[in-house]
Amino acid sequence: MKDTIAAISTALGVGAISIIRVSGDDAISIVSKIWKGKNLHEQPSHTINYGHIVDNGEVIDEVLLSLMRAPKTFTTEDVIEINSHGGIATTNRVLELLLSNGCRLAEPGEFTKRAFLNGRIDLIEAEGVMDLISAKTEKSRSLALSQLSGNVSNLIKVLRKKIVNVIANIEVNIDYPEYEDIAVVTTEQLKDCVDEIGNEIKNILSKSETSTIIKEGIKVVIVGKPNVGKSSILNRLLEEEKAIVTDIAGTTRDIVEGDISIDGILLHVIDTAGIRETEDIVEKLGVDKSINLIEEAELVLLVLNNNEELTVEEKEILEKIKDKPAIIIINKTDLPKKLEDLSTIKPIVYLSAQNNIGIDELRNKIKELFNLEKLETNDYSYLSSARSISLLKQAYCALEEVKKGVELNQPIDMVEIDLKNVWELLGNITGDTYSEELIDQLFSQFCLGK
Amino acid sequence: MYEIIVVGGGHAGCEAALASARKGHKTLLVTGNINNIADMPCNPSIGGSAKGIVVREIDALGGEMGRNADKSLLQIKMLNSAKGPAVQALRAQADKITYPKNMLKTLNKTENLEIKEAIVEDLIIKNNQVYGVVLENGEEIKSDVVILTTGTYLKADILIGDTRTRQGPHGEKPSNHLSDKLREYGFTVIRLKTGTPQRIDKNSIDFSKTKEEKGDNRYWTFSFDNEIYYKIEDQISCHLIYTQPKTHQIIRDNLNKSSMYGGLNDIKGVGPRYCPSIEDKIVRFADKEKHQLFLEPESLYYDDIYVQGFSTSMPRDIQEKMVHSLPGLEHAKILKYAYAIEYDAIDCKQLKQSLETKVIKNLYTAGQINGTSGYEEAACQGLMAGINASLNLEGKEPLILKRNEAYIGVLIDDLVTKGVIDPYRLLTSRAEYRLLLRHDNADIRLREYGYNVGLVPQFKYDKFLKKKEEINKLTDELKNNKITPIDSVQEYLRTIPTTELKDGISLYDFLKRPEIKFEHIEYFYPLNYSDEVKESVEITIKYEGYIAKALREAEKMVDLDNKKIPSDINYDNIHNLASEAKQKLKLIQPTSIGQALRISGVNPADISLIMVYLKKEYHHES
Repeated sequence: MKDTIAAISTALGVGAISIIRVSGDDAISIVSKIWKGKNLHEQPSHTINYGHIVDNGEVIDEVLLSLMRAPKTFTTEDVIEINSHGGIATTNRVLELLLSNGCRLAEPGEFTKRAFLNGRIDLIEAEGVMDLISAKTEKSRSLALSQLSGNVSNLIKVLRKKIVNVIANIEVNIDYPEYEDIAVVTTEQLKDCVDEIGNEIKNILSKSETSTIIKEGIKVVIVGKPNVGKSSILNRLLEEEKAIVTDIAGTTRDIVEGDISIDGILLHVIDTAGIRETEDIVEKLGVDKSINLIEEAELVLLVLNNNEELTVEEKEILEKIKDKPAIIIINKTDLPKKLEDLSTIKPIVYLSAQNNIGIDELRNKIKELFNLEKLETNDYSYLSSARSISLLKQAYCALEEVKKGVELNQPIDMVEIDLKNVWELLGNITGDTYSEELIDQLFSQFCLGK
Repeated sequence: MYEIIVVGGGHAGCEAALASARKGHKTLLVTGNINNIADMPCNPSIGGSAKGIVVREIDALGGEMGRNADKSLLQIKMLNSAKGPAVQALRAQADKITYPKNMLKTLNKTENLEIKEAIVEDLIIKNNQVYGVVLENGEEIKSDVVILTTGTYLKADILIGDTRTRQGPHGEKPSNHLSDKLREYGFTVIRLKTGTPQRIDKNSIDFSKTKEEKGDNRYWTFSFDNEIYYKIEDQISCHLIYTQPKTHQIIRDNLNKSSMYGGLNDIKGVGPRYCPSIEDKIVRFADKEKHQLFLEPESLYYDDIYVQGFSTSMPRDIQEKMVHSLPGLEHAKILKYAYAIEYDAIDCKQLKQSLETKVIKNLYTAGQINGTSGYEEAACQGLMAGINASLNLEGKEPLILKRNEAYIGVLIDDLVTKGVIDPYRLLTSRAEYRLLLRHDNADIRLREYGYNVGLVPQFKYDKFLKKKEEINKLTDELKNNKITPIDSVQEYLRTIPTTELKDGISLYDFLKRPEIKFEHIEYFYPLNYSDEVKESVEITIKYEGYIAKALREAEKMVDLDNKKIPSDINYDNIHNLASEAKQKLKLIQPTSIGQALRISGVNPADISLIMVYLKKEYHHES
């Protein structure tokens, strides 16, 4: 039985599409668990399939999936390649899902290694494979180190320490049952400990999710009716002429994107076609897309014209963004005010893009809204790699098993098997898998012997 | 001329000699003193957590320890009976007179086995192969195979306070040169240390100040023969006491007099972590107010009481004060003082999984010479060395037990893969699949092997097959019979108490409930099976989920263990292999990818490189 491996096989962050490759006996059945589309078990080999990657019903990404059955594949095993186009965070999320559904993260060069071991690659290439493994290992080692910040690995180490204390105590109860002066850990007592550890793991996991803001950036959408100055504002923020700015309403038909960094945090800003009723087909597409983008955005910048009254569409958008992080920008403050006072609780920034007034205030408002200052000075107690996050999720699942055991009042030594699993999974994140660790702990924590 | 010579008559030596003689090989057991055969120089007990399961495993394979212990019991109990089935194990107090006597009787009546009293000081070695032994008087005895089970007798030093005396336990003569010779032949020799507490005259103890610890109120046997040699009511009790503040004061005041704390400044031996002396405990656990001590009877035939937990290397006068500070021992008469013992052992990383040494062909080692501690650890290695030496003579593959098959497999794999720093004791935490390595299923796991190597006779094997059949029959019966939620059933369930039924449920599923025992099943459905069969079935059903999980994990390990590494592999030819990994791999010479992965310092990338290299060089499926 060979395990099924998965990895992102395109360079992250480069190119519009990322490919996640899965190889092994269970490739099809594991992917099926997170796949919404045609039944993969019934699809012919070497086909491309359209569908969605889902997590408990939630759609993660819309993808094309290449299905290739053994033996005519790169590794000679069943191989699935998922073409994702959701950016770093989504790609990671898909990988994470695969890992928590039974795949193992591929070692550096492992696909090539399997291809070789399974006779797919010539013997002459063997040396190349070995060089590749070494090189990739070095690279991933330094990468992994830089990915795991000191704080988070400390947090996990503290958790492991807590767990190993309990395990050592249980082990001592088992190995030295005659010692009456050593506290006996009962299944009942385990409950609090498990809850505490569970909460801390959850905490790290949720922090890790906010951390995607730092890694992936915040998706910002600028909306407003045509010629209200969206592109100018974007340009001021980008400080480059990316969007085409003209006086003719509706110039920006395609969506124009740009990345800006505020205090080191990435904002992924998308300028949209102006929103208004339109008959122009090209522009119509752009407008529909804009409305979709508002739904997806993590921050909406609604630009209004100081010099004009609110339109029906603008009122609609105000309604749409009621429950979203949003900033209302009142542009063209250099012109006479005709806009009525707004009854909104959203922060309002007055600016004149033309004269470059109010842009700094906008930056500050964005910072305030996302607590970026706090994030920046935060302890970075999050995990950033899909591998770590999936291990932590697995640890959380294993902890659920412990809980189940506790609830069913299983014998402590049974429950402990799952607890040990949690401990080992956490150790895999920080790289602490020293086999004598538990035994050392046993004899340093407890006084035993003839 | 012999086929096999076993050097040493301790627990390892006895099992080794019996196994090879029973397998029909002409065997000689050489021991320093016939009266000390199967001696228990330390605690008077057999079994304990994990160790008790090892005794069952020895029995399942056709070894002697379990049967011999059953014949020599003073008291026996099941440890961890309130916990899950995976950690339950038998522990017995064994009579220190009866146990050796019974073992000697068995040795004497075994065909193909001779015993000789002598000290072995050298081996006959030619071209890295052993051809026999050389005795103290220069006499040579030839054999095809030699098994060394020298225990603590290699350059043994007894340490008490500031005195060091070259002698083995009981003042026996040690072997002074054998370890030097082994070094010459290419072995790395390490120095280890262990200790034993005082023996007190039973008649001088006031037991009213102690707490009595009785044996179990039901019958147990180590052996699957299930023959009872004792009476429940005749079991001898142990007694529990605690150290006093005064005891701790005496020890602290005299710490510099202990051999280990300055009394002797030439101590090289590394003592066991799990077995610290009382002075160690008081120094390392300074805030602990008292320590538990057990007064254990040694024999029906003399008055020595063993003070478990009080091992020390203090001088005799301080020991007197220490002992007299204990409750009930105010007027105790010390019959033997506690001592520490230093001895030579070899680096067990120089062994193969078969326990043959990598250095000298046809030479096997077992027991304390390999760095382990404990009678059970020694006995099981002796048995495996005996079996594998015989299989070697017969031109057959060695019997290697896997980590998911037996504690014996865990122990030997740990030794040869990881080596030891301090004397190695088996612990349940060393076994990753302990749920599979249970007391109840030792025969299911190992009887087949014992039968195939020829140590389990036909009639016992038939009995085992019958048991297996019964287990299947009972399991089917439970699956095929149901209880339904009728009033009388529900009423009974309330009395247990357990949740009432919603629908009909098979007895099999009913037994899954933690609170349900066979007696509850039998209320509805009478069953005619032995307790042994019922126990086995109950565990398998109740913990099905956990067991399935363990089996899945074990399968992964077995898969890696089945990927063999040829013995002629040259690690220098593997480019990019980390140098630490290379060095360890060369020393340990793992036989499989799985074993290689268990070596500390060898990481998955190194393993990948080895696998690619194997495919390239050997063209086989690795």
